[in-house]
Parts: sequence; C-alpha cells; structure tokens
Amino acid sequence: MTRTARAILRKDLRIELRTKESVPAMTLFAITVYVLFHFGLDRDSLDGELASGVLWVTLLLAAVIGVSRLFAAEREQGGIDGLLLAPVDQTALFVAKAAAMFLFLTAVELVAVPAFALLLLGPGLGGALPELLAVLALGNLGIAALGALVAALAAETRAPELIVPLLLLPLLVPVLIACAQATEPLFRQDAGPEDLGRWLGLLTLYDVVFVLLSVAVFDFLLED
Amino acid sequence: MAAIELERLERRYGERVALAGVSARVEEGQTLAVLGGNGAGKTTLLRVLAGLLRPHGGSARVVGAALPGERWKLPARVGYLGHEPLLYRELSGRENLRYHAALHSVPHSRLETVLAALEIDHRADEPVRDLSRGLVQRLAIGRAILHDPPVLLLDEPRANLDPSAAELVEPLIGRSSGRTRVVVSHDVRSALEESDVALGLKAGRLAPVDAELYR
Repeated sequence: MTRTARAILRKDLRIELRTKESVPAMTLFAITVYVLFHFGLDRDSLDGELASGVLWVTLLLAAVIGVSRLFAAEREQGGIDGLLLAPVDQTALFVAKAAAMFLFLTAVELVAVPAFALLLLGPGLGGALPELLAVLALGNLGIAALGALVAALAAETRAPELIVPLLLLPLLVPVLIACAQATEPLFRQDAGPEDLGRWLGLLTLYDVVFVLLSVAVFDFLLED
Repeated sequence: MAAIELERLERRYGERVALAGVSARVEEGQTLAVLGGNGAGKTTLLRVLAGLLRPHGGSARVVGAALPGERWKLPARVGYLGHEPLLYRELSGRENLRYHAALHSVPHSRLETVLAALEIDHRADEPVRDLSRGLVQRLAIGRAILHDPPVLLLDEPRANLDPSAAELVEPLIGRSSGRTRVVVSHDVRSALEESDVALGLKAGRLAPVDAELYR
C-alpha cells in the first residue's frame, strides 16, 4: 500500500507543480479574503475569538477550492478508470489524496497565515507560534481526511464543484469549532493558552474518527 | 476452461437497456470481434468485461473471475484499451507509464522494453499534451500491456495509427501476441479476418453479423 500511495502522491504533486492550479488559487483566495476583512471590518487589528474565527473560516473556504480540484485530473483524464484497472488498494488512494491535500494546505498556510498576521492580527504571532503550528497541523489533518473522502464522493457526480462545499462545510463544523477555540487564547492580548490541551485532544479525536471512517468507506466510493 | 464466458449478460443505465441477453464463449488465445453500429453496446460490453461496470443480470466470467463478485482478480489479468488513453496530459509518456508500472508493481526494465517496442522511447520525456494522437495511442497501448496481461480488451485499437504504427503494435496487441482478445471495431472486414468468434450487437442485443447490423 505504501508504494502505491507514494506513486499516486508523487503523481499528484508533480501535476500540481506543473499546472499550478490548486495551491496558488487557494493562497490567493485566502489573502484576498483577509484583505476584504481588513477593509470590510475597517479594523487594523483583531484579537481573540474574532481573529481566530476569521483565520479559520477563511482557511476552510480556501480548502474547498483544493478539495474541488483533488480528483480533477482523475475525472478529466480518465484516471479513475486507470486506478480501477490496477490492483490498487483504495486505502492507498485515500492516503495519497489526503496527504496531497495536507501538503497543499500547509503550503497555503505558509503564505496565508503570515499575511493574516500582517493584515489583521493585533497581538502578533510571536510566542504562540509553536502552539499555533500544532493547531494548524491537526486542523489540516482533519480537513485533508474529510476532503479526500468528499472529493471521492463528488468525483463521479456531474457537478463536483457544487457538491463539495455542500457536503464538506457542514462536516467540517466540528473541526472549525475545535480549531477556532484552540486558537482563540493564542490570539488574546492578555491570556495564555489555558484550554489548548482540551481542544487539541478533541481535534485529535475528530481526526482519528474521520481517518478511520474514510478508510472504511473509501473502497466503495469509486466503483460502479 | 474458457477465458471469457458470458451467459445472458445484462446491463442498464437507469431505465435504458444497454445490454440484454448477451452470451458468448471465448477460449484461451482466441479473438472475439465485437461488431455493431453506434450505441449498440460494444463499449459497455468491454467495460463490463474490464470490471469497470457492474453487470445487472446474467453471468460473466473473465479468466476465471466471476463478475462482479471477483472483480478484484481482474486488474492483473486484463489489459484495457478504451476510447480514452487514461494518461495524464501534464506528465510525460515515461512518467505516465512509470506511474502505471508502480500501480501494477511492474519492474522498471519492463517499462523501457515496452517503450522501445513501441518505438516512442525518444519522445517519452515530452508531456503527453504535446504528442500527436497516434503517439498517444501508442502510449495507451503501452499502458494496457505494461503488466503483460493474458487478456486484452481493445476498443478500436488501431484508431489514429498510421499503417506502419499499426504494423508495429501487431506483435503486442495483435493476433500474433497469443493473448485472448476482445476487439471492438468498425472495420468489419479486418475484424472478421483477425477473429475466431464474432459477436454482433444491435441495441444491446445479439444480432447476426450481416449487412443489417449497421442499419
């Protein structure tokens, strides 16, 4: 399975590097939304739950773009048939697609989070950076696992671009709540991350549940 | 044991019947020609045999695998060449075949052998989107035979190939390859010449292979 997953992931990353379709679009979208918030709220700096909410809602919406494109090459160039015609464990496909989505999100955040801090964040990232990185990593894992599942579900429908946000966003509400709650104390001027452990635990639990659920059902999604 | 056995095979798309009552038997090493007009069900039959579509009735056995229950046995035993080349346009020919080789656990040396046999090794590092249709078809043939399957399911295999390329691929996918083959073709005369068994389809049902087949 590892070898197959590596081959699919390598292929996806190579196609993304050449087409530059997903990551630049997701990044530009996130930065544009932060600029819109900057002017729309008419505030130079946010903190606490407002800052945390703006950061995560924007990242989730940017993720929708990536998830919509996650099976695009398969859908448009017959790759699903290619996978069904090979002795491929569908779990390897799930692992590869989730890993690709995780890497796409990480690449987006490398630009989008500093842009958010520059445009909107009052307290600055400084001392809370390691904790924020942990929240981002766990959030990305949950989004990537669910994203791969929803992308596969939508891949064989007529309008995946419509199906993906309708399915993905409601399912991501628990991730949004946990990520926003875990991030909120990190963005407060006056308080430390007292609830961080609880929310990170919830995020980890959510990630484990969705990874296991996705692995269990993924086998049945692409077949006729 | 027959390589392919179909007994009153059925397949529908919603209410529309695509195949009904299709029976056939192909022995190992034989070639079955599937003939019929547009929309007769030829491609559907090929996709059912490849395990890409689930049969809705009757029975189908391909190299011993009963469909759809034993679909998982098929990928190693069947090579499928459909209308689409199943190649990624942004990747080169070699990258595409290397990807499929990894999915099939085929060694790298086999990949180079196939590229050389198809005489495309000198263009194999160009993106597929830059290649002519004929070269893409050759690559698609390479993809279908990469894992050296005993059964080939071929939908218009010589489409876009010039006469010399058609001759080039003959030992790989032609009668001389020794493989069991199911060939869909609109070229009735050459299909009948290279087949042991012929199957006519009209509106998804068996029909005699005669002049009426295309009316």
